[in-house]
Amino acid sequence: MSEPMTAGADGGIAAIAEAPLQGMITLRGDLSDDTIRAAVKSATGQKVPERGMINTADGVGVCWMSPDELLILCAHGDVPDKLHQLQESLSRVHALAVNVSDARAGFILSGPHARDVLAKLCPVDLAPDRFAFGQLRRTRLAQVPAAFWMLGEDRFHLICFRSQKQYVSDVLTVSAQPGSAVNVWSKTISGT
Amino acid sequence: MLILTCPVCGVTAEETEFHGGGEAHLTRHGPGSSDDDFEDYLFMRENPRGVHFERWRHVYGCGKWFHAARCTTTLEVFGTYPAQTTEPPKDLRAKISKKRPGWTWKDLA
Amino acid sequence: MSTRLATGGRLLNKGQPLQFTFNGKRLRGFEGDTLASALLANDEMLVGRSFKYHRPRGIVASGAEEPNGLVNLGDEGTFEPNQRVTTTELFEGLTAQSQNHWPSLDFDIGAINTHLSRFLPAGFYYKMFIHPRPLWKHVYEPFIRQSAGLGRAPKARDADTYEHFHFFCDVMVIGGGVAGLQAAKTAALTGAKVLLVEQSAHWGGRGPVDGGTVDGKPVDNFVDEIVAELDAMPNVTLRKRLMGAGVYDHGYVLGYEQLRDHAPETPGPRHRLWRIRAGHIVTATGAIERPLSFAGNDIPGVMLASAVRDYVANYGVSAGDRTVVVTNNDDAYLTAFALVNAGLRVPAILDARVLAEDSAAMAEAKALGIRVMMGHGIAKVAGGKRVTGVGICSQAGEGAVLEEIACDAVAMSGGWSPVVHLWSHCGGKLVWDEAQAHFRPDVDKAPTGAAGEAFATPAGAAAGEMRLADVLTSADQAGKAAAKAVGFKPTRVKPPVGETPEEAPMQPVWLMPQGAGPALRGKAWLDYQNDVKVSDVQLAAQEGFESVEHAKRYTTLGMATDQGKLSNINGLATLAGSLGSSIPEVGTTTFRPPYTPISMGAIAGEARGEVFQPIRRTPMHDWHAANGAEWEPVGHWRRPYAYVRAGESTHDAVMRETKNTREHLGLLDASTLGKLIVKGPDAGRFLDMLYTNMMSTLKPGKCRYGLMCSENGFLMDDGVVARIDEDTFLCHTTTGGAERIHQHMEEWLQTEWWDWQVYVANVTEQYAQVAVVGPNARTALEKLGGMDISKEALGFMEWADGELAGFKVRVYRISFSGELSYEIAVDAGQGQAFWDALMVVGHDLGVMPYGTEALHILRAEKGFIMIGDETDGTVIPQDLGLQWAISKKKDDYLGKRAQERSHMTDPERWKLVGLETLSGAVLPDGAYAVGEGANANGQRTMIGRVTSSYHSPNLGKGIAMGLVLHGPDRMGEVLEFPGTEGATYKARIVNPVFYDRDGEKADV
Repeated sequence: MSEPMTAGADGGIAAIAEAPLQGMITLRGDLSDDTIRAAVKSATGQKVPERGMINTADGVGVCWMSPDELLILCAHGDVPDKLHQLQESLSRVHALAVNVSDARAGFILSGPHARDVLAKLCPVDLAPDRFAFGQLRRTRLAQVPAAFWMLGEDRFHLICFRSQKQYVSDVLTVSAQPGSAVNVWSKTISGT
Repeated sequence: MLILTCPVCGVTAEETEFHGGGEAHLTRHGPGSSDDDFEDYLFMRENPRGVHFERWRHVYGCGKWFHAARCTTTLEVFGTYPAQTTEPPKDLRAKISKKRPGWTWKDLA
Repeated sequence: MSTRLATGGRLLNKGQPLQFTFNGKRLRGFEGDTLASALLANDEMLVGRSFKYHRPRGIVASGAEEPNGLVNLGDEGTFEPNQRVTTTELFEGLTAQSQNHWPSLDFDIGAINTHLSRFLPAGFYYKMFIHPRPLWKHVYEPFIRQSAGLGRAPKARDADTYEHFHFFCDVMVIGGGVAGLQAAKTAALTGAKVLLVEQSAHWGGRGPVDGGTVDGKPVDNFVDEIVAELDAMPNVTLRKRLMGAGVYDHGYVLGYEQLRDHAPETPGPRHRLWRIRAGHIVTATGAIERPLSFAGNDIPGVMLASAVRDYVANYGVSAGDRTVVVTNNDDAYLTAFALVNAGLRVPAILDARVLAEDSAAMAEAKALGIRVMMGHGIAKVAGGKRVTGVGICSQAGEGAVLEEIACDAVAMSGGWSPVVHLWSHCGGKLVWDEAQAHFRPDVDKAPTGAAGEAFATPAGAAAGEMRLADVLTSADQAGKAAAKAVGFKPTRVKPPVGETPEEAPMQPVWLMPQGAGPALRGKAWLDYQNDVKVSDVQLAAQEGFESVEHAKRYTTLGMATDQGKLSNINGLATLAGSLGSSIPEVGTTTFRPPYTPISMGAIAGEARGEVFQPIRRTPMHDWHAANGAEWEPVGHWRRPYAYVRAGESTHDAVMRETKNTREHLGLLDASTLGKLIVKGPDAGRFLDMLYTNMMSTLKPGKCRYGLMCSENGFLMDDGVVARIDEDTFLCHTTTGGAERIHQHMEEWLQTEWWDWQVYVANVTEQYAQVAVVGPNARTALEKLGGMDISKEALGFMEWADGELAGFKVRVYRISFSGELSYEIAVDAGQGQAFWDALMVVGHDLGVMPYGTEALHILRAEKGFIMIGDETDGTVIPQDLGLQWAISKKKDDYLGKRAQERSHMTDPERWKLVGLETLSGAVLPDGAYAVGEGANANGQRTMIGRVTSSYHSPNLGKGIAMGLVLHGPDRMGEVLEFPGTEGATYKARIVNPVFYDRDGEKADV
């Protein structure tokens, strides 16, 4: 599942791999509501993140998507239980929780030039001091919607719609083509 | 290409992340309304040279609608604010008055 | 002749010779050469033919402003026309061909035009084409088509790749000359994030060639030191070969980076288009020297004085052995000095000025033994494909030749114009500088940004500061202003001090000699690339084209690929002179991006080939592809149109699939249908507003077909709604409608009914959905096993959750074909496995997948409408006989008020009917029915049109639906539909439900 499709090995400037199966639940509700905050904490072990942020550890966590929407991350197999648990605990508040695990595709981008690959496709300031671990950005990737966050230094998790997986894989590969490092983020990164 | 700040998610992004939605602060006229009112609601739009209030959706971001006050000649953005209101916030109107004394828009000034 | 000098050439690596070819000729240059310098080194002065008169043209400039030296570069997949020789860096194996001539550069038949020039004045085309009309088609158009255009369009697919890159900075400095470098340093010292870009391969701009000292050291040293300093600063990004192409709203800048044009063998993209957001922009774009307008100023060998100097200093190349310098300023004297110092002859400096006393430059020229002729100019240049001499005249006279001087090059200077393009792109205004006779940025009227703030500051020569000392001061101030504008505190570091000799003021010269008559004016070129002469602009003024924008279009002045970089000011001055007004009164034309042409590939970026469009694929896409699918694009989705088997035509496949679905069992990949979850206490009330019919009364477990209208009443979408529980609904939308309808719902929830408690989630892609259709559908599902799908357990228009063959499924008993039909949703990740399971159990039941065309025929046989066929954005449900789906009980729904408008209730609106040709043939889709009479234009009265038309294999004839005037009241009438190629179809109006009118087949 996480076999690299493009890697340093064939000269690409970053490794692009399909992400392992990831459980995802869209939760819509009033994020300031105590019942909802408690339900999220109990389902994920994480607090509701601040605006524009993600709280995650080992593929389990919560992404802030909008003021009334979270994306809950968990193991793919845990989705039915988590969903049931959320629906139970939220039965008395106005909220909506749905499984969207199969609606999305995911990629892991890694390497010192991973930022370049994203910055070629997304109208986002990817300078290390402007986009860092803990942030989540929903944006446009070439011609489709996407969201990404960091897993660690030079490592990004990117999600898109399932139907556009091939397109996203293809544009990432084009963006990571050999000899295309931009070399702007850090003067210490050597050129290719 | 404009840059706008989404007041909902706080992201400042270029125009391609957003989608314009036409004039803001329309009053819906439904069944029972007069032909004139309905015509106004459905078809008549402000087309000012200067201060304008318009709707935008952060389509590639948080997905939320918001309003922007913008100058149609200089493209200056006076401010953005959430869509859940029937008129622009007072402080924004004051700010516009400072920058564009004597501005009017529909029945606002 | 032009040749390589034994010494000089600060940019060359003479240890690295390079081979290249020009028009098939093998030539040699050095690493560091531009194609222009290498051509001149090989005495290839003649590089092209002009656009209109096919006059021989040579290299004029040394940079981006070059109008003549345009060549075809490369071949096949790397072929590119109109490449400037002055900005093309030489590389091993470069191949170039000159353009716009036939049969050869040296002998060109089109040059006859130059002898016809009397008959090809400004506006020639406009005047000629008025009449006689027939000549247009047979004479003029072929002539123009033959002669129009520069270069040749590439035929082969571009072998290179391109990309975009988004970059953000506090301060962007455009131009890496002395001013740009200093401005970048000053800004960077404040801590601001600075991007400095330079279009060429070298830092320093003109500085090192033009001389002077900075803090007592040569400019070269200053450049090296400051580049090293900037390079060491972590907050500075330096990029060479990156041109600031355009400045746009809110500090948006397009940067054009040429990564491999100079080194084609290296891997990676060829060009990168930088999409930059800068907090503040410093335009340090330098200045461009102006030509002088004298007769024969386009003969190869006549060059800008600064270019002649550049070729000597930078490339060790002399433009000629004997060069006459003609000028109206002191700067051109530097060229004379450079030539003499390189051992070349300067027979005379013709200085149009009359000054009371000699300037430092004049004194130096005289000391070097150069003949300086004040108050003199060129009457005309002698020569054809190369300058052979000049006739000297008094500038104040009418061009009587006083003396002829033999020479093979002319270095001219009409003064300098700041490059104000980038300043002006986004609305920066200009002021006329009388002393220097040029437009420079009006710093009080800068382009303004998102907060209304000025977002650009000019620096150095681009600001009109032509002397080194002023350049450095201006750059320092610009750097400070830029940093301050983005919230950084300027430091107190003092800028370095520049020193150059004192200069005498220039004097504007717009025509040489001042009193030149028509014969001379008709050979004095303003725009080399578009062949516009002084006489053309004067004619335009005479004929009433007084606005500069009109005169530009009438004469084509400045409309060539160089956008008038050399001709602009001279043209304006000529126009102003003809109109008797001042230059600032005439004003400038609009400066539009890009600064120089950029490649189409760079604009497209990654969007080409496979990723030109984001194709959307369903979970079963690969299976379809492997099983003969021909694709139908539906939005960005690809749906199988039909599964074509070996030996079968597409039509055969469609007929087979359609028949088989009615007779046995068909499978349709319906995953593309939109699926929206709508939940909340107000969900029912919300859907009642969105759909024309009542959704709040739907019982959990049931399904209902619904119509959605826009607020102006027109039908925009349809689909089946399933009620999941008391406050949850699942709404199906059309394929491609999911995002649109989701957005429509969110729009009303967020902007109108924000106090309603409803949440919507788009779960379209969570599920693979398969329609299992046909008389054997139930048997197939029973064979899968796991849940009760009998009529009793799961009636028509009901849904249930359960398991089939171990798959967790949601089964909807709905039918868009009129057959017994189940639409089954499984998690998308299970979609292919579920499809496979259905194919296995269907094997003995006659299963076949069917595509969208069979789906269309099946629904048309049943008279079901299709959004986009029966509707086109002007059709209301009432037109389609869908009154049954419009609730009369509801006070309101979106579109209700609009549908009460007089035009919507007009009985004359065309209404939906079925149509059957008398012959059984298929009506052309979109054909119009014609009635009695004609309209005001003499066109036959139209009384209806075909909206869907197919051959029905189940009925064995053509069937169609259409909208017809009074249609439902005219059952049985025969209408005439004129087709293409003279055919007329006769069709009878019938009930649109052709098959199983009582709906018994679906409800079994």
